[in-house]
Amino acid sequence: MPGVQGFMYPNEIELQWSILIVLYPYITGLVAGAFILASLERVFNVQAVRPTYRLALLTALAFLLVAPLPLQLHLGHPERSFEMYLTPHRTSAMAMFGFVYLWYLMVVLLVEIWLDYRKELVLAARASTGVKRLFYRALTLGSDNLSPESLRIDDKVGRIVTVIGIPSAFMLHGYVGFIFGSIKANPWWSTPMMPIVFLFSAIVSGIAMVMLLYMVLTWWRGTGIDMNCADTVAKYLFYAFLVDFALEMLDLIHRIYEADESFRALDFMVHTKLFLSQIVLQLIVGTGVPILLLGITQVARIAPRIRLRMYLTAGVLTLIGIFAMRWNVVIGGQLFSKSFLGYTTYKLAFATREGLLPAILLMLLPFGILAVLLRVLPPWEHAPATDRL
Amino acid sequence: MDTSRRDFLIIGTRMFVMTSVAAAALEHVVAGAPEKAPSYNTADHWWAMTIDIEKCVGSGHCVRACKLENNVPDEPYFFRTWVERYHVDPLDMDHPTVDSPNGGIDGFPETYPDGKTSGKTFFVPKLCNHCADSPCTQVCPVGATFRTNDGVVLIDKSYCLGCRYCVQACPYGCRYIDPRTNTADKCTLCYHRLTKGLQPACCETCPTGARQIADLKNPKDPVHEFLRTHQIQILKPQMATGAKVYYNGLDGSVR
Repeated sequence: MPGVQGFMYPNEIELQWSILIVLYPYITGLVAGAFILASLERVFNVQAVRPTYRLALLTALAFLLVAPLPLQLHLGHPERSFEMYLTPHRTSAMAMFGFVYLWYLMVVLLVEIWLDYRKELVLAARASTGVKRLFYRALTLGSDNLSPESLRIDDKVGRIVTVIGIPSAFMLHGYVGFIFGSIKANPWWSTPMMPIVFLFSAIVSGIAMVMLLYMVLTWWRGTGIDMNCADTVAKYLFYAFLVDFALEMLDLIHRIYEADESFRALDFMVHTKLFLSQIVLQLIVGTGVPILLLGITQVARIAPRIRLRMYLTAGVLTLIGIFAMRWNVVIGGQLFSKSFLGYTTYKLAFATREGLLPAILLMLLPFGILAVLLRVLPPWEHAPATDRL
Repeated sequence: MDTSRRDFLIIGTRMFVMTSVAAAALEHVVAGAPEKAPSYNTADHWWAMTIDIEKCVGSGHCVRACKLENNVPDEPYFFRTWVERYHVDPLDMDHPTVDSPNGGIDGFPETYPDGKTSGKTFFVPKLCNHCADSPCTQVCPVGATFRTNDGVVLIDKSYCLGCRYCVQACPYGCRYIDPRTNTADKCTLCYHRLTKGLQPACCETCPTGARQIADLKNPKDPVHEFLRTHQIQILKPQMATGAKVYYNGLDGSVR
């Protein structure tokens, strides 16, 4: 059998979950991470990251809207997916996705964004005419009271929603980890560490994504980067990364030390089929280097211009590393036989329904949505900043 | 062609006996879907299978019969049942050599290409274990796969989303996605036959009787004698799935 080494159960030879299922935890992770960054300002009052607050919310929304698409595209019968809402199977981790997703989209993210933008929406409706006026009036949902009292209520409710939002974001992505972590048949996935590792890697990727977007967008708009903000975001990225790295290493060391029945097979896989994506991309390029870069900026005095370039490099490498991590979990978990006696190969097609092309398009789509959101709901503030580049 | 009277009588008797068997089975065959088998009561049965490793000769009859009876796709990576050949070397008991050329559908080559001589070789037929606590039904997001009252794990193909979560959850590699329907598929223990009082196709065609369908709720079923008098093992007991395919003579190296 081509592509098969050793023995696979015959039904295992073809992989079940493709690159689209790699995108799914990657995209939901970006949502959860971006939201956690936004909540830093809102709930924990970290004023330095204020310039990224609204951008983070819009980023979370843009990616959240795309999150179910790879799943939908992957299903054998997408037309039946609504059955998950109508007749959910209570013991299925996957069945809960729809509800967690809707809760997060409708109750947390949209409400929080609406409350935060309501004042601007009303002002935009008042200042414009014709279709634009109608559009913004529709977005206000008819609530055009801008009295100080009502704005104060907006703020108060917004804070409550964010407080609810943090555990919701944890749930959104922790649950994605549980989908994999609860499969006892698969030793590569089956660990109670999975939700927590997914969660922290999500926070890391979300912070990195918003940091990059903030830097690129401010450069592009020519407004100058608020260094205090960039430094603070990078600092939180560094801390989150340390926790994430520690958790992943704990998982790894535990597996190596216990060396259970699956160890020989998994160890061989990591050293062969997953060597590039796991050792090189995930651990060295995507974790070691960014942690090192971010760590240096924490301890050494480096010129802002260089510092920004280090943040930029660390951010890009982080996103590559977290993508590699999702790849290694999803694809890696299917490359070895559950008999532990053999390995198969993932053949990534290009222009097929689950090929590379739709994956690239799905990854670009959130940026398109974000571009529209940025036009409709500009997140920029023109507050004077002390230290801009 | 010369046919002696003796030959004529032999062939004639064979045809008579075989057509009467077919005639007797006909009413069950035309009964159609399981729900049209009114005398079948799910509460009266609890289905399982016994496989006697010591009797299996790796002929592949079961694999062929299954593919034909259940219209399983021909490709070598879709099987409701398949046969594995294990070779265990005494110097490395933990790491057996296993092969299953095209699921064992055409049997096995008599010798190994690299001329293994020492150690032991045996066949292990595999199929869905119809687990009482099956991880595949647990994870199905819409409950399209389920365990029946009589202990058979089935799939409602008109309801399956094709998410493939059940395929991932099965520790035994028993499920696949049927490329024609884009839904999950697996052994049904020939439920369409069971409910009409017939055996699964694999048991019926097994030349050595290594595979036997078993109704644990039927006190007269020979399975009780078999379970009492043999050393019985299930696959991957550590998975705690309540597997109901009972093997006699299963080697510890089998996984």
